[in-house]
Amino acid sequence: MLSTIKRSRQELINELISSELKGRGGAGFPTGLKWKLTSEAKSEKKYVICNADEGEPGTFKDREILTKVPFKVLTAMAVCGYIIGSDEGIIYLRGEYQYLSKNLNSAIQEFEYYCKKINLNFSIRLFLGSGAYICGEETALFESLEGKRGEPRNKPPYPTTAGFMGKPTVINNVETLAHTYTIFKYGAKKFYDLGVQYSRGSKLFSVSGDTPKPGIYELELGMSLQDFVDEFGDGDTKAVQVGGASGFLVPRKKFGETAIGFQGKLVGISLPTGGSMMLFNSTRSMYNVLDNYLEFFKEESCGQCTPCRVGCQQLYLGIKAVKRGDRPATYLDKLLKLSETMQYTAKCGLGQSVANSFISIVENFREEMIY
Amino acid sequence: MDQIKELVHELVQKHGHNRENLLPVLQGVIEHEMYLSEQSMVEIARELDIPAAEVYGTATFYSFLQTKPMGKYIIRLCKTISCSMKGKNQVLLALQDMLNIKIGQTTPDGKFTLLQTNCLGWCHEAPAMVINHEVYTNLSPERVREILNEYIKLENG
Repeated sequence: MLSTIKRSRQELINELISSELKGRGGAGFPTGLKWKLTSEAKSEKKYVICNADEGEPGTFKDREILTKVPFKVLTAMAVCGYIIGSDEGIIYLRGEYQYLSKNLNSAIQEFEYYCKKINLNFSIRLFLGSGAYICGEETALFESLEGKRGEPRNKPPYPTTAGFMGKPTVINNVETLAHTYTIFKYGAKKFYDLGVQYSRGSKLFSVSGDTPKPGIYELELGMSLQDFVDEFGDGDTKAVQVGGASGFLVPRKKFGETAIGFQGKLVGISLPTGGSMMLFNSTRSMYNVLDNYLEFFKEESCGQCTPCRVGCQQLYLGIKAVKRGDRPATYLDKLLKLSETMQYTAKCGLGQSVANSFISIVENFREEMIY
Repeated sequence: MDQIKELVHELVQKHGHNRENLLPVLQGVIEHEMYLSEQSMVEIARELDIPAAEVYGTATFYSFLQTKPMGKYIIRLCKTISCSMKGKNQVLLALQDMLNIKIGQTTPDGKFTLLQTNCLGWCHEAPAMVINHEVYTNLSPERVREILNEYIKLENG
């Protein structure tokens, strides 16, 4: 860390920008730009927040990072603090991972001692969530940190100018921070050389479902889903959910044409993911899968905006009604329209992304929804 | 009664009087009492100098901040897709059968509350559950019986 903070802030920001690292929580905002914007914001007080509210179904890589290499994350936070001009970092850890807090707190203590030794004024504290998926949304996370209901705010203003306590804030996913550590240590080029255009570097994937080898794997971005299934499938993979409940379902016939990474102009179908990869084999009913996701969204919607609060409920009830035969199959088309409306009108990423799994499952497995 | 007053006071001393300390204070009460009683929420409101409705509103937003009495051990079984695919329902049946309660209920002796929860982040070792903060993975009806027996033994001294 000492060698990193001896370099100029501008040089570090340029290095991060040239790596083309994008946020690993799933949304994929360019990390270098985020740090640059926050460094340019004028304020006496700024914050660095590590988003460890890993709640997306099928994601568990951040827990592994915090368990195995907490110092990478802590160092990255302090370096970010140095760059943007902040002396305070907060880790927002989901309540489900409370058992980690003992080890994390002692790692923080050790790290702060080291910071003092090298004369770096930076403190970090751990804040525990209490079982709310929506708090992974950055502005909902700020609300929660401020002691309120975790309801997302309107954007703009963005966190880079008005985040936690209304101050400029860098908020990054655990894995994103860990990558910045690697980039500053080994250089942007090593990172950039991995992956493909628009999707540089490697990424951790949480693999679960019908696979002989569930677990956490680091893979290059840009790989085709077919290659992924060849490696992790059980020989009978019917579909893969890329990006958790808020992501997309890809049926077998589209494995070849789908890549895993961020969407760009020239790359064909490319699906972003926070790392969640769930495999389903031919014994699974996609109706059950969708029903499970919708129950999840119905419960985790914060209830603040109508499209999401009512939409999630109606989608959940709607597919049940079609399955029971209380509604005709054509009712699915109405539900598809509803999910599209949610995509345009919901306030935050939760409500907007329900349509991803809803449309991709209903369109590809329509008969399973009806019979 | 005064016990809760004292607990809240202690927690507020420890975490601070500002609004942003509300969650840690609520979590602290849960840690001791397993749930937030009306009295504890009113007390917190008084100590932090905010309306009691604000405390209640915040508490009820979070699924881990219960406002109804809970057992000493809260069992939260993950019901999200990966766990559900790997036999969560059989595990649930075993739990219900052994404790003789249904989801959302507490055993008459006040020891165990059975709840379901959303993704715990142990999808690769499904099915999973937490008992208070302790994580248990790769569950089967047999394993869950063994685990519960340990707790029951512990309770019976």
